[in-house]
Order: sequence, then structure tokens, then C-alpha cells
Amino acid sequence: MGKLSRIAWLYVGAVIIAAVVVVARGPFTGIRWDQVAVLGLLLIACESTATLLNSRSLAWSANSTASLASVILVGPVGAALVGCCTLFGIRRTPSLAHRLFNTGMFALSAYLAGRAFLLTGGHVGTPGPSSFPGIIGPFACAVLVHVFVNFSLLRGVLWATREPGIVLGRVGLDFKLVTTDIGYAAFGVLIAALWRVLGPFTPVLVFIPLLVARWAVAQFAAQQRAYEATVSALCQAVETKDFYTRGHSERVSRGSVMIAREIGMRAERVEAIRYAGMLHDVGKLGVPTSVLQKNGALTDDEYAAIQLHPMRGLDIVREIGFLDEALAGIMHHHERIDGRGYPMGLAGDEIPEFARVLSVADAFDAMTSNRSYRGARPVPEAVSELRKWAGTQFDPAFVDAFVAAIARDGWKAPTGADQAAGDVLSGDVLSGDLLAGYSVSGNGTSGKGTSGNGVSGNGPSRNGVSVNGVAGTISESARELDDPTGPLRAIESI
Amino acid sequence: MAARRHEPRGFPRQVLDSGQSLLIIFAGVLLIAGVAQTAVLGVNDVRAALAFGGLIAFGELLRLNLPGDREAAPIATAGALAYALLTRVGDTPAKLGPQQVIAVAAIGMLVGALPHLAVGRPARLSAMAARLVAVACVAAVFRGLENHSMIGHDWWSELPVMLSLVILAWLVEALISALIRTDQLRGRFGVTLLDELHVQLPLGAAVGASALLISFAAEVMGLAAVAVFTAPLLVTQVALRRYTGIRATYLQTVRALARVTEIGGYVEAGHSARVSKLAVSIGRELGMPEPALLELEYAALMHDIGQLSLRDPIPGGATVLVVRDEQRRIAEYGAEVIQQARVLNSVADIVRRQSDPCRPADRTEEPPLSSRIIRAANAFDDLVGSSVESTRAAAAVQRLRLDTASEYDPQVVEALSRLVSRRSVLGP
Repeated sequence: MGKLSRIAWLYVGAVIIAAVVVVARGPFTGIRWDQVAVLGLLLIACESTATLLNSRSLAWSANSTASLASVILVGPVGAALVGCCTLFGIRRTPSLAHRLFNTGMFALSAYLAGRAFLLTGGHVGTPGPSSFPGIIGPFACAVLVHVFVNFSLLRGVLWATREPGIVLGRVGLDFKLVTTDIGYAAFGVLIAALWRVLGPFTPVLVFIPLLVARWAVAQFAAQQRAYEATVSALCQAVETKDFYTRGHSERVSRGSVMIAREIGMRAERVEAIRYAGMLHDVGKLGVPTSVLQKNGALTDDEYAAIQLHPMRGLDIVREIGFLDEALAGIMHHHERIDGRGYPMGLAGDEIPEFARVLSVADAFDAMTSNRSYRGARPVPEAVSELRKWAGTQFDPAFVDAFVAAIARDGWKAPTGADQAAGDVLSGDVLSGDLLAGYSVSGNGTSGKGTSGNGVSGNGPSRNGVSVNGVAGTISESARELDDPTGPLRAIESI
Repeated sequence: MAARRHEPRGFPRQVLDSGQSLLIIFAGVLLIAGVAQTAVLGVNDVRAALAFGGLIAFGELLRLNLPGDREAAPIATAGALAYALLTRVGDTPAKLGPQQVIAVAAIGMLVGALPHLAVGRPARLSAMAARLVAVACVAAVFRGLENHSMIGHDWWSELPVMLSLVILAWLVEALISALIRTDQLRGRFGVTLLDELHVQLPLGAAVGASALLISFAAEVMGLAAVAVFTAPLLVTQVALRRYTGIRATYLQTVRALARVTEIGGYVEAGHSARVSKLAVSIGRELGMPEPALLELEYAALMHDIGQLSLRDPIPGGATVLVVRDEQRRIAEYGAEVIQQARVLNSVADIVRRQSDPCRPADRTEEPPLSSRIIRAANAFDDLVGSSVESTRAAAAVQRLRLDTASEYDPQVVEALSRLVSRRSVLGP
């Protein structure tokens, strides 16, 4: 709390005071208290069921439904009162300051939306058949004002609590979230419209399908996290045993995702390449340990056995349904642009895009990891090596993309403690060696985990920091732990 | 790809047993009777019939598979229930007969199923029949009461009746599906019914609430209600579809990665797949509920992952042949690996205890049932392998039976023995 800057304190204080003033000023005449109570309960229910969205570390709740319904039914002051119920939401927020700010923000947004509703000719009260369609215009204005105020206040707090020197990047207040919020807000008019026929039971009935929808979304997100965590654990088991220094798969996965994002791949393909990165070396289990651990020169047979590993990997992962494109990536990740790679000796554009991405990340991680015969190379040196071999071993476009991504986001190379001392089969990655950085970890009793601390987002979701807003809440999840320089980190200190 | 069915069906579709055919015939009779009677009496409020019929067809087109190879069509069901519970459209009272509700629902379903047939996806008649029967029950009760004005026109008199009917529909559908599944999977009826209710509960709640909302909202906003209150269901459906997809992928991935031990030469080819199949059959035979069966399947698939810690593979991978301490070490390591995923802790526990005898000598707590099942299934597979000879299987069961005093759970071995004898009757 103490770390909060003076500007941030002023800002949060101003929002809370404004909300208090609005509520205290009234007037309270003509407000139906039974409706305020029911809507307040609805808001608490919405607030208590905020779900974390995996992708952007955002939590999301249907608060605006309750707020906008109260705008029609009980007017601006009543809506502000309903908004104050945010304070009693049953969810973990890290501090009272968060909770108070969220409450103030919701009360203000609801109040201003109510003002806009009145200003554009809306009538407060339970709508009857004569209210339609006249109510639609004012209600739309109210929705827009609500969303706008909400997002602006949220932007403001993110700005006020940013850490010095960090540019406020994308924090997920994007178009999609705005649309979702407007969609939820639109349900407010339905609650108001049904009040005549369903009475106080309306919010309950409207809330059930919304709740189940959000439950389903959460189920999906949880299952996806579980999936990622399991794949990553199994991959680690494979590499701990014999082959790579620990965490290699995960770092390759991370690097490939960086490249994929940089060149603007679609989200589903980014997901696929994430798994391809994790699974790319699974086939090495099929190579006899004696061959992999051999210190001298390889015989032709042994060499052939090693060249088979991408195919073996393919054998293992072939049955995983969704990995279609990833399969090609796993099979061809040792191809070279000049056609001197294996297993097929493809060249140039014949090599699948996924494979070209993987090979860049694979080689880069091999270079920046410790080997017994040399320490890890520093990132700049590895970058210049990548550039040097662009066009012969690597696709230059992906090298450029990777370098740009590293320059912007940085690269977390494994520290010495992360790695077991590795024996290395043969020379260096880029000295023309086709084995591209095979290394064998001696015993697999290396330190805990990798620097990456798991794939982003696979930790237990934390409802940590939350700045309530939008359709709910921005929370910091485990994902940000991966990237301490990320913009959302800034509000952790509230 | 997402909605891939990942569990084998018990029977090929052509061989419908008598229970299912009875159900389908019953639904067919309902359809014919409903359509014929409607044709004779005339259609009441054609616009509403078209709107709801369209919604039902749309929902049927978007039907989805839930985990465990279940089929659901939430939007179609909500539409049909809402139509059955319709009291007014705008200011006009809806005086529908139950026959019209059944006719509209059935025709809507058939129309929605046509595109699926056109692209070669066979209709699952029994699931459609179950949905139709549930709607018919609701229509028969509610239309009878409503058309004789036995329910008042206030929300506090209508809502309790409607609510209980929606719950009735949910129960009827779950009951029918449970009967079918009991038959297909040879599970126990009580367990299957509970599983069914459990899986269908959230979706059922959303469907029921949406149905009530649509029928009430039709009074306020006319037929626009049909479209408006479908939206949350649509979101649910999209999310569930993706959920089912990733769940299937999850299972496939674990299956695939479990094979690394085979490729690495640690165990015989196909071992983990056979053990998991056998373990799940035993678990079902013993009446384990579905979530536990899923955990059992994961644990059985990964039970040998600990062998990766061995420097040299055990000959043939037969863990039954190595000393107990070694077995325990392997199990412990496997559990550690699984525990790293943090989401599968109970699976890790199962794997950890898999090598413990069912009655520990030091009288500590006995291992969980799933561990005992995996222990027996693993031993059986080590002894029999991929062989399909029934004499060999019988001999293996006999050998396990000799060890039931301390090593293997007698209950598990008996279930295994029943499975083996059934398999030898039915053929491999």
C-alpha cells in the first residue's frame, strides 16, 4: 500500500469521494427500495462470480447487467446505490483500496449512465408495453456512457499506478472486451422489461443462464490450463531423464511463440506452435541412450538413429487430434533452409512454416544454455550467430522477427543453477553441426524447474490484484509472473 | 475437430437393442400422432409455430457433444420447452394443444438433423427421442392445466408450476439417457443416473431458465424474445464445445505421451493403452462414478511414466517381475512427475500407491481403489501381454487370485475374472 505514488492516491481518493458525494446528495424520493435490494443482491452475485480470463489476466463479471437494469428501474441515484454493493462482493481482492476504488468506480459509472438516460428522455420506473420501443434510444446512451466512464476510470488507475519508465501497453481493454461489456449491459433492459411479468424473480432467472455461460467459459479456461500444465510436466519428465538440459522444451516453446506473435500468426496457430515447441524433442526417447551419451565420433548407424528422432516424435504425437500443423513442425524442425538438414533434406519454402520457426528458437536456446564445454553464450552473441546463419540454416524472416521480439521483450536465459551439467555430444550448434545443440543432462537432479517457471498461465489462477472495471475486473494472474516487466505488474503494488 | 468423439461406443449403431428401439418407436408414434392431430385440428398461431420451430431446428443443427460421448441440443430443448410453456404472445393468449407442441418440436428436430445427415453425420436417434419424450411430458401436463385455465395469470402462480415441469423434463431426459448408457457400457444404473444428472445439471439449469425467460418474455416483447434469450445459451454452447474439444485433446495427449515409455523400450508396445482400457472396465464393473473413472484412466495411462527414471529398461517392461522397493521407487518417481502438473494431484496419489499390496504388512492405510485396480490390471497385462488366448488370460487370473490374501484386492480380481470370462464368450 505504501508504495502507491501520490498521484495514484489522489486519483483513487478522488474517485471514491466523488462516488460518496453523488450518493449522499440524493434525492431519494421515488426510489423503490425493494428493487434496489434485489438488484443489489444481483450485483453482489455478479461480482462474486467474476471469472479470470486466461488470455489477458482479466477477470470478468456481469456487473453491468445489474447496473443498467437499475438505471431504468430506480434512476441514477438508485443505480449508484446498487453500484455501492460492489463493496460486498464475495471475492478475494488484495486490499481495501482496491475494493473501495472498484465500488466508487461502479457507483460513478452507474450514476452517470442514469443521468444520460434521463437526459436523453428516458423515464425511470418499471417499463410497460407502451415504453417500447421509445426506451431503446435513451437506454443505448446509458449503456455507452456506462462503458465509457468505466473504461476511462480504469485506464486512469492503470496509468496512475504504473511503474516509472514503463510504457503502458495493451492491458486488455480492447475492442472485444468492450463489445462483451455492451452485450452484458444490454441484458439490463431485459431485466427491466420482464419485471412487470416476473417481479423480483426476474434477476434470478436472467442470472442463471449468464452464470452457466460464464461457468462454461471458466471450465474451458481451467481445462486448458490443466492441459498445458500436464503437457509441460510430461515433457519435463522426458527431458529430465536423459536428454536435454531441463526446461529446453519450454524455452523453445516460449521462443517459438514470440516469433509467431511477432509475425502476426492467428491465435489458434500460436497455440499450436506453443505445443509443438514443447513436444518437438519427444522423439529422442526412441534414440538409444548409449548413442545420445556417446562422447566420441558417431558411426554412420548411430548418426542415422539420431536423424530418426523427429520421425519418432511424429510417431508419438500423431494421434493428438488438434496438432495438425504442429506435426509437420515437429517432423521437420531439423531441416535447413539450404537443404542440408534432416530427415527429408527439404529446402527453402518446402519446409513447413512451423518447422522454420521451431529451428530458430531451438538453436537459440541451445546457444544460450550452459554446456559442459562452454558457458552459456550471452544473448547478443547468440543473436549475431543467428543472423550469421540466416539464409543458410534459418529463415531470415523468422530470425528478424525473433531478434525484434527479444529486443523488445527480453529473453530469459537459464541460469547455471537451472541446468545440470550437460555433456555435449558434438560441437556447437552453428558450426555447421547437424546435431544442432544436442546435449545430454547427466542426471537430471538439477535445480528446481526452469527459469520460465512453467508455461505462462498454468499456475493456479490468482485473484490477486484487481481493478474492477470493464465487465468486471482486471486481475493479475500467474501469467504476469512470467514477465515481471509487463504492464499489469504495475498495479500489483497497490 | 473439436467435437471429435473420443470414447468408443458400446455397440455399432445398427445393432440397436430392444430398449432403444422401443424408445425410438415411441417417439415416432408421438410424432405421427402429433402431426396427424394438428393437421386435423389446424395450426394455432402459425407465426409462433414457425418462430419456435425455427429455433428448435437451429438448436438441433448446433447440437453438441458433452464429455463422455453425450449428445445435447440445449437451444433446441430450451425452444421446445418454452413453446410448451407459452402462455401469451403479446396480448393474445396462446391456446396451444399439446399435439401442436409435439408436432412443432418433432418437425423442428428433424429439419435441424437434415444438414447433419447431408454431410454424413448419422443422427443419434435415441438422444433425439429422449429429448422429444421429455418435451412431450411437459407439454401434456402444462397444456392440460393452462388450456383449462387452472393456473392463474400471475408470476407467483405460474412460476412454481413451470419450474417443476422444467425440472421434470430434465429428470426424464437424464433417466432415459442413463438407461441407454447402463445398457451400452454395462455400468450400474444408479451410478450412471447420478453421473448423468451431474453432467447435465449446469446445462439443464441454463436450458430451463432460458425456457422460462422466453415464455415469459413473449408476453412483453412478442416473438423477439425467442432470439434475445437464446444468446446466453449460444455463448454457453460455444464454450462447452471448446471445453469438450480440449478435454478430448487432453486425453489424446496423455495417451500419446504415455507411449514414450514404449518407444523408449521401457515397456511392451501397447501396454499402457491396454492397462488403462482394462482398468476402466474393472472400475466400471465395480460401480465407480465417471469423474473417478477419468482419473483412473489418466493414472493407468501414466502408471509407468516413472520407469523413465531407470537407466536401463526392465526386460520387457514387466514391473511385476522386479523387487518391491524398485517398484515403489518407480511409482514414487512417476507420481512426482505427475504432481508437477499441479492439476492432477489425485492422479499422482493413485500412481504413487500402485505398487503397494492391498493389505499392507505394516497395517498402514490400504491404497485407494484405483491404485488396487491398476495394480491388478498391470499385473494381468504383464502376464498376458497382447495375447488374446483365453486360456492364457484365465491362467493369469488364476495366478492373481492366488495372491489375493495380501497382494491383490479380491474384489478387483473377481471383477477382472468376470470381464475375462465375458470377453472369452464374446470373443476378442
